[in-house]
Amino acid sequence: MTDNQPGGGTGGSGYGGPTAPSMLSAGVSAGLPMAGSFGTGRGPKLLSGGGGRRATAISTVSTLVVLAALVAIFLAAPGSSQVRHTFFDPHDMWQSFIGDPQKGYYSVGIAIWLNIRMFLAAEVLILILALVIALIRQSTAAVLFPLRVLAMIYVDFFRGVPLLLVVYAVGFGIPALRLAFVSTQSFAVYGVIALTLSYSAYVSEVYRAGLNSVHQSQVAAARSLGLSQGTALRYVILPQAVRNVIPPLLNDFISLQKDTALVGVLGAIEANQAAQIYGSTVFNYSSLTVAAILFLILTIPLARFTDSLIDRDRRRRLAGATR
Amino acid sequence: MTASGLSAVGPSARAISLAEVYKSFGMNEVLSGISLTVPAHEVICLIGASGSGKSTLLRCINLLEPIDAGRICLLGQDVTEPDINANLVRRQVGIVFQSYNLFPHMTVLRNVTLAPIKALRTAKGQAEDTARELLARFGLADKQDEYPDRLSGGQQQRVAIVRALAMQPQVMLLDEVTSALDPELVAEVLDVIRELAASGMTMLIATHEMGFARDIASRVCFLEEGRIIEEAPPAELFTDPKDDRTRRFLRRIVEAGRM
Repeated sequence: MTDNQPGGGTGGSGYGGPTAPSMLSAGVSAGLPMAGSFGTGRGPKLLSGGGGRRATAISTVSTLVVLAALVAIFLAAPGSSQVRHTFFDPHDMWQSFIGDPQKGYYSVGIAIWLNIRMFLAAEVLILILALVIALIRQSTAAVLFPLRVLAMIYVDFFRGVPLLLVVYAVGFGIPALRLAFVSTQSFAVYGVIALTLSYSAYVSEVYRAGLNSVHQSQVAAARSLGLSQGTALRYVILPQAVRNVIPPLLNDFISLQKDTALVGVLGAIEANQAAQIYGSTVFNYSSLTVAAILFLILTIPLARFTDSLIDRDRRRRLAGATR
Repeated sequence: MTASGLSAVGPSARAISLAEVYKSFGMNEVLSGISLTVPAHEVICLIGASGSGKSTLLRCINLLEPIDAGRICLLGQDVTEPDINANLVRRQVGIVFQSYNLFPHMTVLRNVTLAPIKALRTAKGQAEDTARELLARFGLADKQDEYPDRLSGGQQQRVAIVRALAMQPQVMLLDEVTSALDPELVAEVLDVIRELAASGMTMLIATHEMGFARDIASRVCFLEEGRIIEEAPPAELFTDPKDDRTRRFLRRIVEAGRM
């Protein structure tokens, strides 16, 4: 790293100089329409100062000023050129993105697919396991008492233990058991198991909140029509419960998307791990920036989707309340 | 004694009969030995202050609340036996609640057809035909694709009544079905109940609408502190109450301008 720095530093100012600001200005122009709609459209108007075009203009200008200030501070910092070279070098960013096995590093762009696959697999498993746990915890039958205690211990345990430790325990512990089949899976599989175990504890609590949010009178109405407990749950309670907690559910999944990076500690070549390998091979960490950008590309659409759902739900409630 | 599904139980068919029913919530005794008979095709009204046990009584008959002691017979069947299938009992007893309790995530049509399809295993098309007929009968034909939160309170309550009727119950329990409604919407719901009574439906109605009770009921029961204080035909109970407590209650109602 120190060897590269002088030469790379000058090269960096040649490359990084124009790139970093242009990246940021791209962010500004992309941010403009959002700035307008955020400032005026959404939510209870706690911070609104007027409406219409004037508000849009003000929010646009204030956004530009803030971003310009941040860029100026970044560019004026004493270590700016080194940072730009080490983390924002376009050449290294591209190299780490496409990868080169000959030179001993992997493509971050390909590695992100492992994150996506782990995320999708874990998401499905979490939705199922968490629901089972939540239903057990909400059950009242005396027979299920031992299961209720187990479910409670499960949730307490996996919410309390850091996910990283769960990843280690599953990823290194299960193979060490040397069982047939279960000990011979890939690190990605163990990663998915660890993510599922940990996140199901959180998501089951989200489900539980949803189940509690459905008023008891809905249960009474369903049962009074002669529907069995299972049918009432399936058609009356669960649909309302899930609808009520879709935003927090999606919030947990945004978090899950980036926590797939923790599986890298096992040696699975996911985006973060591929970026680390690039960094320690080439001594330039622009690869980490690439990984960060790829994670953002994954999470931002889901975040905006969550916002739009919250917004739609709010409008629906307001429409209902005026009747 | 011609209604289908009613098993013969003695000379005068009793749709509902309660004997010495007790029910407590914790230390609070809500029903203290209620005995009551509802003959088939008759309408009995329960009146009394809030907290007198009217709602709990109806919920117990529908088996939504287990009773502590006593016996409840529905259509000649003892439904307080421990091995009774509550779902089968509830299919014969419709209940309508004060707060409508429609399913907010379903259209009106789906609200009405859910139980026939899932509990009675009626074919979807047939259930929908029946539902449309019922909705049309109660002036809701154009509302079948609306969601409950787009309807007025009166419309929602009429849908709730239709939803209960779609199960073709032998008996209807109405729990203060007009109490949550704006005054101008009360009449449309009461009209529905009058039509049901005229068609011969057996009903047990908890209500604060004294004028309505006087019109529609064959007998009126006054409840206080979980007991039936007085039971009489409406003409008698409203004009010449025998018990002091009934008199006091009716006087308060008159003073409040509710009668």
